[in-house]
Amino acid sequence: MGEEEGLHQTQLLDTMFVRGLKRKCFDGEEDIEGTLAGIKAVPSYNLQRQSLLDMSLVKLQLCHMLVEPNLCRSVLIANTVRQIQEEMTQDGTWQMINAQNTGQASLDRLVSTDILCRSSGDQAEGKHVPAYGTFNKDFESDQAQDGSETMSTASSVQAPRNLQSNMWEEMENPQENKGNFQKSLDQIFETLENKSPNSVEDLFSEVDNSYYDLDTMLTGMMTNTKMGHCDSLETFSSPTNTASNSNCKSDLNDLDHIVEILVES
Amino acid sequence: CVLVWCFSQVKGAVDDDVAEADIISTVEFNHSGELLATGDKGGRVVIFQQEQENKTQSHSRGEYNVYSTFQSHEPEFDYLKSLEIEEKINKIRWLPQKNAAQFLLSTNDKTIKLWKISERDKRPEGYNLKEEDGRYRDPTTVTTLRVPVFRPMDLMVEASPRRIFANAHTYHINSISINSDYETYLSADDLRINLWHLEITDRSFNIVDIKPANMEELTEVITAAEFHPNSCSTFVYSSSKGTIRLCDMRASALCDRHSKLFEEPEDPSNRSFFSEIISSISDVKFSHSGRYMMTRDYLSVKIWDLNMENRPVETYQVLGENHFECCWNGSDSIVMTGSYNNFFRMFDRNSKRDITLEASRENNKPRTVLKPRKVCASGKRKKDEISVDSLDFNKKILHTAWHPKENIIAVATTNNLYIFQDKMN
Repeated sequence: MGEEEGLHQTQLLDTMFVRGLKRKCFDGEEDIEGTLAGIKAVPSYNLQRQSLLDMSLVKLQLCHMLVEPNLCRSVLIANTVRQIQEEMTQDGTWQMINAQNTGQASLDRLVSTDILCRSSGDQAEGKHVPAYGTFNKDFESDQAQDGSETMSTASSVQAPRNLQSNMWEEMENPQENKGNFQKSLDQIFETLENKSPNSVEDLFSEVDNSYYDLDTMLTGMMTNTKMGHCDSLETFSSPTNTASNSNCKSDLNDLDHIVEILVES
Repeated sequence: CVLVWCFSQVKGAVDDDVAEADIISTVEFNHSGELLATGDKGGRVVIFQQEQENKTQSHSRGEYNVYSTFQSHEPEFDYLKSLEIEEKINKIRWLPQKNAAQFLLSTNDKTIKLWKISERDKRPEGYNLKEEDGRYRDPTTVTTLRVPVFRPMDLMVEASPRRIFANAHTYHINSISINSDYETYLSADDLRINLWHLEITDRSFNIVDIKPANMEELTEVITAAEFHPNSCSTFVYSSSKGTIRLCDMRASALCDRHSKLFEEPEDPSNRSFFSEIISSISDVKFSHSGRYMMTRDYLSVKIWDLNMENRPVETYQVLGENHFECCWNGSDSIVMTGSYNNFFRMFDRNSKRDITLEASRENNKPRTVLKPRKVCASGKRKKDEISVDSLDFNKKILHTAWHPKENIIAVATTNNLYIFQDKMN
């Protein structure tokens, strides 16, 4: 086979994964590969994780909006979201985010994209709006069955699950809400349109196809999507993540740089 | 050793502008290897037939030429859910040949159809009441009677739908598999597997149901399913969580409890955000012998011994994503799977050697030997190697098939079908 190919496989695996060692860095342990990268990696892990979480949540929303959601893809994204949330809960970062917000506002903030925020104007008028609160309004019967009042008391961890159930129930119930989505949808779909519904690489890199280059993938996530990352980062910056509070754009560049270092190493 | 491969043929349009309907979605040899079927996104099935071997041309096997083309599925609209049902052919499976006609099952997301492909090379002539063109003759003009006879005609291959198996799947069908009893088959969607009898279309039996009572708790879907090649009560199904379950239909009517669970324990140091996604299995195939099965996930092809559940016996690293298929050669000694950049890979299980080849129109002179390709780490490119950065991730080989008896392979790029054979002599 050639050791080279084996080497690049390892490199790819390394670059694809956010290594466990980074988490160790976060916990302050010693074994760091490349001290500079290690130290700089501390904030980037949270950034990456947060970015991934945001993107996954948007995609989950999109899955719901699509005429015919791909169940496998939705489940994989939802599992990733759940995994990140569990991790953040263990880290304590999740609680901190919750502490900053109150009640319903927390649900809205979970989905913090430009488009979704823009559509908050529509929230007043119609029920067909992509925000957790109003989603649940649409499916009152489901909510009644769930017995949970997502508008006021549900934890933010609950919300994605409800979203999922609504989304999956949608597959079995008639599709009703298409009309008012279109405006915001069109913009979302430009960047996040899923051309081949079955390709997992599209999960995290719509326009950019070099999935296996973590660097490019994350760059793609941050530049190609209209997620308004600056907004989200400011909203969600965890107290431990002081770097992002200052100037998020330079932090994204830092992230790029860090990842590039990791890719090369 | 891994064989040396030569280009044989390429089918499909030359231009780069691919019509969506022409995208090949499935490839399958029949049991003898004489017929090769492809399905596409437009709902069509094209069957190629191998020419009888020319005895004077001993250095190449017969070519595959178009035998039959038919529209298997049309787009439909589900009025209840306001959803369009795609006509894309997800899978084709051949039945073994029992008489002069050939039978295959083809399926889209919701409906499975049994097609009969038959040849007609004679037609009756000399009717008493009809002219040759079909017009009726005036009976009063008939003065003599004759017996119609069959006369040879140009070969016509007809495809007719013999059974339509519909309305049994709420979710998208991803697999069909014919049982070794050749009377029943299974169809699997994201959450359920149904058992059908080939003769009965108005009824199917649900044998696996992983839909949770509360959809909020859904964390796993079925990604592929297949019957065991020899044991008619055994089948396997793979999941998005990277597990394979082997079930025995004799144990109970609803096989919700597996007989065996194949899962490789996760290496905790490799855990990442993407662990969930990359463990998802895209394809599972039994070996012809039935002793092993192969699974394809994001990063590897794994060979499992049915007698060992806790880990695979062989693992081959490969680039890919979760909808690449894999296949065995006839003797189960080599496995093949597709990759990006129109590359496909073969792994020789005995010698542990592997080879990467490319399906490209550049090599399209018959009997051109394919040059092995090498993918290298970025920044370390040697001559003739391709850096992983410059792989074209849009050019995927998702579907590959290996002739059941000979070293002939069919490899589908987006809209072209390539046929390669090993270098004889």
